[in-house]
Amino acid sequence: MAAEPETARQKELVHLVRQDCGSCHGMALKGGLGPALLPETLRDKPAEGLAATIYYGRPGTPMPPWKAFLSEAEAAWIANKLMTLFPE
Amino acid sequence: MRLLLIALFALFLNACAGPQLRGTGDLGLIIERASGHVTLVNTTARQPYARIGGLGDLSHASAVYSRDGRYAFIFGRDGGLTKIDLLEAKIVKRIIQSGNAIGGSISQDGRIVVAQNYTPGGIKAFDADTLELLSEVPAEFAPGQLSKVVGLADTGGNRFAYALFDGGEIRVTDFSNPRQPTTQRFPAGSQPYDGLVTPDGRYFLAGLFGEDGVAMLDLWQPEKGARKILENYGRGQEKLPVFKMPHLRGWSVAQGKAYLPAIGRHEVLVVDVATWKEVGRIPVRGQPVFVMARPDGRQIWVNFAFPDNAKVDVIDTLAGKVVHAFEPGKGILHMEFAPRGENVWLSARDDNKVLIYNTENFAKLGEIPAESPSGIFFTSRAVRIGF
Ligand code: HEC
Repeated sequence: MAAEPETARQKELVHLVRQDCGSCHGMALKGGLGPALLPETLRDKPAEGLAATIYYGRPGTPMPPWKAFLSEAEAAWIANKLMTLFPE
Repeated sequence: MRLLLIALFALFLNACAGPQLRGTGDLGLIIERASGHVTLVNTTARQPYARIGGLGDLSHASAVYSRDGRYAFIFGRDGGLTKIDLLEAKIVKRIIQSGNAIGGSISQDGRIVVAQNYTPGGIKAFDADTLELLSEVPAEFAPGQLSKVVGLADTGGNRFAYALFDGGEIRVTDFSNPRQPTTQRFPAGSQPYDGLVTPDGRYFLAGLFGEDGVAMLDLWQPEKGARKILENYGRGQEKLPVFKMPHLRGWSVAQGKAYLPAIGRHEVLVVDVATWKEVGRIPVRGQPVFVMARPDGRQIWVNFAFPDNAKVDVIDTLAGKVVHAFEPGKGILHMEFAPRGENVWLSARDDNKVLIYNTENFAKLGEIPAESPSGIFFTSRAVRIGF
């Protein structure tokens, strides 16, 4: 797995996911316009695919690319946390 | 006996001295999304007067008011529907009505509250007094397939208009017989993401995400079907990413022109409401989320999607351009005008406060602490169509 982001950056990423991803996926990540991002729903999907979705977005759907704001390693860290237990 | 009567009379007087009479026209509430609270506020005193908890997941929560402005109906993300008494500052009733909700609306006669749901996709009607379920209308657009519902708005005659994100339709459901609603369907276009009804209740507009343009239905002549307007406004040749879906509700007509968020672009569209043609674009500093007219229509206040959500731009509709641009706080999620627009309240989510500004000279008048505030809803909504 890619290197973990610094602690301060982790906090920023958690805030980004809960608040700004939350506008489509719900703050509790239980879904909204976008699907739920919970371990139950993501566990069986390939981690690289989810990280790529976060980094590049999904054309034709409202899921936007986040590459202007995240590194690939950070997208991978988020995907990994979403698949296990996302911090509060 | 006489003494007893006097004693009883004294008790009676005491009871009367209890709650003071007051109206509700200057009250409102602030959603505190992270902690499931609402703070009740007074827009004359510009102060909070009570705080109520236990409302569940309030991300993206919204509120509508009973026609007397006394009760707020709050729709939570987790499907919770909570009725609050603003005068007694307490929850009157709370139900969980679906798995995942996105808002709601109240009927013209004030008797029916309708919730719009993502899962299971559809709308549900409740008795505004008791929150008893009256009927439900699944948003089935193909056999066995339910769509997420967006843009629900009340229109005349206890009818509600809304759009189907996955189904690409506008629907109008008539609840004049609330237990036996009837629904009309109109093909609208690809992926409607939100809707609004014009202040006169005549037109329903649904912004399209999947293609350029806005779908419009004339509710006075629905038999003519939905047509597409602003076909070239859109996201242009190269589809720009959208970091937060714009909200169309709160939109308002000013001076015969409508101001709409251009999805994906750093622009506000100006549309002539007589012809429904684009007559201009105003550059702003981010992707607009709310584009809200001050009640008199002289100003339009605009907030933005991530990463520009600390900014607010104010357009002067006479000058046709931004006349005030500032950064009032972190994570500006929502704006609400005092009933006649002399000041505006802004929620600064990441600063944990609501900021109050004078709209004439942009001076800050005060702030109210609130935990991760999002929507701000004043009782003046009670008397407006489409709110
Ligand atoms: C503007 C709305 C929107 C925002 C904001 C948004 N997403 Fe999405 N996201 C979607 C939609 C819609 C889909 C479903 C795409 C599809 O239909 O395949 C999606 C899909 C995904 C998926 C794939 C889920 C799966 O089951 O395959 C992941 C992971 C994801 N988003 C993560 C994020 C993260 C992390 C953020 C914030 C950095 C974010 N999203 C922000 C709308 C959004």
